[in-house]
Amino acid sequence: MRSVSIVGVGLTKFGEQWEKSFKELIAEAGIKAIQDSGLERKDVDAVYGGCMASGRFVGQEHIGALIADQLGLNPVPSTRVEAACASGGVALRMGYMAVASGIHDVVAVGGVEKMTEVSTEDAGFALGGAGDQETELFVGASFPALYALMARKHMKKFGTTEEQMASVAVKNHGNAVNNKYAQFHRAITIDNVMNSGYVSSPLKLLDCSPITDGAAAVLLMPTEQAKKINDKAVEIIASTQASDTLALADRENLYETKAAKIAGKQAYEQAGIKPTDVSFAEVHDCFTIAEIMAIESLGFCPLGEGGKFTEQGNTQLSGQIPINTSGGLKGKGHPVGATGVAQAIETYLQLNGEAGKRQVKDAEIGMTHNVGGSGATAVVHLYKKA
Amino acid sequence: MLEAQEQQQWFIYTKKLRGENMVQNSLPLHWRKYPERYRLEGNINEETGDAFFPARVVDPKQGRKGKLVPVEMPRTGKIISLTEVFVGPQGFEKETPYFLALIELENKVKILTQIVDSPKEKIKEGAKVKKVFRKISDIDEEGAIAYGYKFKVVN
Amino acid sequence: MTVGIVGYGAYVPKKRIKVEEIAKVWKKDGKKISAGIGVIEKALGSWDEDTATISVEIARKALEVAKINAKEIGALYVGSESHPYAVKPTSSIVAEAINTGTELMAADLEFACKAGTAGIQMVYAEVKAGMINYGLAIGADTAQGRPGDALEFTAGSGGAGFIVGNKKEEIIAEINETISFTTDTPDFWRRQHAEFPSHAGRFTGEPAYFKHVLNAAKNIMEKTKTKPSDFKYAVFHQPNGKFPKRAAKILGFTPEQIEQGLMTPYIGNTYSGATMVGLASVLDVAKAGDKILAVSYGSGSGSDAFILTVTENIKNKRAKIPLLKAIEDKEYVDYSEYIIHRKKIKTL
Repeated sequence: MRSVSIVGVGLTKFGEQWEKSFKELIAEAGIKAIQDSGLERKDVDAVYGGCMASGRFVGQEHIGALIADQLGLNPVPSTRVEAACASGGVALRMGYMAVASGIHDVVAVGGVEKMTEVSTEDAGFALGGAGDQETELFVGASFPALYALMARKHMKKFGTTEEQMASVAVKNHGNAVNNKYAQFHRAITIDNVMNSGYVSSPLKLLDCSPITDGAAAVLLMPTEQAKKINDKAVEIIASTQASDTLALADRENLYETKAAKIAGKQAYEQAGIKPTDVSFAEVHDCFTIAEIMAIESLGFCPLGEGGKFTEQGNTQLSGQIPINTSGGLKGKGHPVGATGVAQAIETYLQLNGEAGKRQVKDAEIGMTHNVGGSGATAVVHLYKKA
Repeated sequence: MLEAQEQQQWFIYTKKLRGENMVQNSLPLHWRKYPERYRLEGNINEETGDAFFPARVVDPKQGRKGKLVPVEMPRTGKIISLTEVFVGPQGFEKETPYFLALIELENKVKILTQIVDSPKEKIKEGAKVKKVFRKISDIDEEGAIAYGYKFKVVN
Repeated sequence: MTVGIVGYGAYVPKKRIKVEEIAKVWKKDGKKISAGIGVIEKALGSWDEDTATISVEIARKALEVAKINAKEIGALYVGSESHPYAVKPTSSIVAEAINTGTELMAADLEFACKAGTAGIQMVYAEVKAGMINYGLAIGADTAQGRPGDALEFTAGSGGAGFIVGNKKEEIIAEINETISFTTDTPDFWRRQHAEFPSHAGRFTGEPAYFKHVLNAAKNIMEKTKTKPSDFKYAVFHQPNGKFPKRAAKILGFTPEQIEQGLMTPYIGNTYSGATMVGLASVLDVAKAGDKILAVSYGSGSGSDAFILTVTENIKNKRAKIPLLKAIEDKEYVDYSEYIIHRKKIKTL
């Protein structure tokens, strides 16, 4: 098994991109990544594209073929990967496995989602497919409601407060101000969050990540070759994935994301490190409570203390373990299929010292945590400069 | 500006995206699930007694050991967690606000369901609930009505 | 063969709106109207209730009292003026929900407010003929009241159902006799695509309600050689709180005899459920040996009359909570909530 590195990255601005279509978004990200790496299109052997619900959002399937076509990469094999909101992270894992196994040498991994062609209600319905559509969406439970049920339990069991959850949103929006690709560039306050109106109690509008268009892409190569073509290679030192029940009702409990815990533990084992060795992490904050549960699952703080840990500033840029310096899904935006890949890009920029005002000091080991649905899929990667 | 024909096609296309012809309205799917949605019918492993709702094809713990037979779930349980939904998914816009809860039935099976017809202050963790037969959705005047299970708080 | 009721159930939705609240909207004297029609408040369902959901709750309760397995039911009829579908039976939805199995005769009935009692006659006949062992007849409605119309004050939601059987040890009330009085009378009707019914005003009194109820009552008493004083209870169709009192007086029944079965003042007129709900309330308290006269009325027009005798078995087979107590679990709404729930706003 070979070591694999990221050698180039590219992403579009995240946000409501009325002027750009689905094809234009992925083409832009893909070409930028290839250019960034210094490689040429003919060097790419295979493509993996993460996309959750293009069928429902833009009536388009067969995304693998679409991406290869748009980037002028035919006839290389091109495969769509779907794992709900973890589509991007799992696509990254598939690309990693293809290079690590020796089957392919240069793999382009992309993620894309265009969510604004349809109404907000239809988008909510499409996203509902990340859960158990027949028993959750059917009774009127879409994603905010599912995470709200988890939040409510976390609050009851551990005393997590709405203000603590709000502090996640405040931090992430604050980080996004310094990210030119982010959807939002306005800092918010705890009061803003507390007054933003309930979507599904206790989650309020500003506890929820937005509806976003965007695409992101990275190029993967064996580390040995990567170091020869440019000096920015970032090595993937662990790649893990775990699954849990599709329906929230079948989970062991509502306050932990078991799949994330398992994937996290396996990642630390694979890389031979501990949580305290991680310099920063991009985690899946589709809702503020999700970030709190993520940092607990990944071992950055004990179970139940994620709220307090965040409130005390430990996950700020200047804190003990900066979380979501990119702005996270909350501040940067959440074009579902692209998110997992965008997380890897932030990690790449941080480890190369190119994160500008978001730069983490002495960044050595980065982590990404990408979750699908209400926790049914979790995919974790660890990285360090090659 | 789109030509008249393109406008017509755009309307049909967005009609599909707006939910007509989508899975939610699939009549065969509804019909197939009457025993599940009308009577809370799931299945149970004859040997181990583990119950599943909805019914499963494969027992996740036992695999092929022990036979899975259909059985109606108990109709009472208690609330484990709840949320009040103010912004609902497509088809539920006019019902908000409504309560959703994860409940645990007498046989330990958990179900995600709406809590209806109950005073707000009684809808809380630990509250005892029982099943009622209600409309789940009736969004199309000319379409089929979807009936199913909801729960209400009992004293 | 003795044939009679072996189980019964009634269901009234939780929400209520007071007559005075409705009158306030139309700038009328609510107290005067309420006193005039003898109705205090009426019941309405949540938006997610309809005749099918109400019928299922009724069926479940009846099964609980009867203590039989739904698979033993051989016929199921649902009578209503507000079936959820114009074509697609409510009875089959109920059958599926209670799991009667496929060996079942079923149909939906319509005869204005006497659709439910017509169902009782049908299952009674089928049981008596030996075709089935048990039959379930339900009468339920989520009645439509045109905003601003007199009937808006009384059109309510709810219903009841009866399981009829032939095992002596199970019967709680023997059905001794049943007859009908039927004519063609244009007092109240609703065309297929009309949202609200139309009625002929004062014509709905003498030539309609009273002619049929009084004649049916007289005829059945004549046939069985009984008189008003033979009965412990009388239940008459109750479109408001006044008509049944007047009918009782004319026939020679006392106010005490009709009190237990008079539910309309508290829940409104439940149309196909009205007489049924009154009879269910009587069964909540009746004792062995009590004779009951029940006379329904359906516009169009007809009256079904029944004479029943309560048996010893009723001691152990009654509804868990008597209806008069069950309806105390209620929640008041104002007119704005009422029109949302009753979907009177066209775009809802």
